Amino acid sequence: MAGEIQIRARMTNGDVAEVKVLLTHVMETGSRKDARTNNLIPAHFINQITATLNGKTVLEGQWGTGVSKNPFLGFRVKGAKPGDFIAVSAVDNLGAKFAHDAIII
Amino acid sequence: MQHRLKSILTLLLLSTSIGAHAGPEEDRSALIEHYRKQLPNIKFEDYVYGALAMNAEAKLQYDEMMEFPPFTLDLRQGEAIWEKPFSNGEKFSSCFKYGGFNAAANYPYFDDTAGRVITFENAINDCLKANKEPEFKYGSREMALVTSYAKNISNNAKINIKVKGPGALAAYDKGKRIYYERRGQLNFNCAGCHVDNAGKFLRNDQLSMLIGAASHWPTYRSGTEAVTMQGRFVQCNTLTRTEPRALNSEDYNNLEYFMTYMSNGLKMQTPVFRK
Repeated sequence: MAGEIQIRARMTNGDVAEVKVLLTHVMETGSRKDARTNNLIPAHFINQITATLNGKTVLEGQWGTGVSKNPFLGFRVKGAKPGDFIAVSAVDNLGAKFAHDAIII
Repeated sequence: MQHRLKSILTLLLLSTSIGAHAGPEEDRSALIEHYRKQLPNIKFEDYVYGALAMNAEAKLQYDEMMEFPPFTLDLRQGEAIWEKPFSNGEKFSSCFKYGGFNAAANYPYFDDTAGRVITFENAINDCLKANKEPEFKYGSREMALVTSYAKNISNNAKINIKVKGPGALAAYDKGKRIYYERRGQLNFNCAGCHVDNAGKFLRNDQLSMLIGAASHWPTYRSGTEAVTMQGRFVQCNTLTRTEPRALNSEDYNNLEYFMTYMSNGLKMQTPVFRK
């Protein structure tokens, strides 16, 4: 279930599309301690995120420990029309990759 | 404030003593009239938004959040619990009319045989018991998740609580009494804020109105923290320095009965975002 991505993309004014992305990820900072064992819970967070419109990269993010659990990402992109293809891919610090895509309505 | 409360109580008491038919519906009409005067710019159907109906900017932020709320994830977990078959092969949907669609709008109701109010959470546990499954603990995450989904499939159904018969009326009256009774270190009652001073500011927040309050539980505060209606009673009691009652206690169930009746005619929406 970690790394599951849901995307909603729709047109707003003119050629601007509004994209909302909800990711499932624990986003552990590495600073929290396990209540029972008192050991640090190892860091496990998304550190790279990329969004493409019809294959062309429109957003690149380098995330850190400031982003909280189950992150939400919203952005607007110009030059879009209904039927276009939005793809979001993410990589976390342990190397796991997640990706999903959606059609703009 | 005292005077307003006294005049409402007098009106209610008078109507109870004069008319044979005075009761819940008269109370509700009196409250609708009260809020119409107190909050003249808010439409009846918008009472479901509570304090958000009082502030256009806040309502805009709420609408944006509700387009793709964080609890989308919780709702899917709730759906999984609702859809998972019991050991005997049955599902939750078999315990409710129409498989549960629009069912939640009829809860709570008064069960004359059992002699008590049955809440929607009670119905969930009754279903589990009938199918020989372990019941969910009141206040548990499981209960919050499954009721989030189970009430979500009743979205836009108009609340339709019935108070018929002496047992139901007694439970309704008990719930009403709790709403209007002053308790705790600050000697507050629910009505003092949410009836007399609805719309006014309490520190940084505006006070929501009673009508519409019951239409949207569980609520996800900050989008992620699930709070049930009775969970909110506990929070509110604690904030006003009143000893909270137990979840699923007779008092809280009667209070939920009274408060949900007051939201009759309004559309349910579950779950919702609150700050």
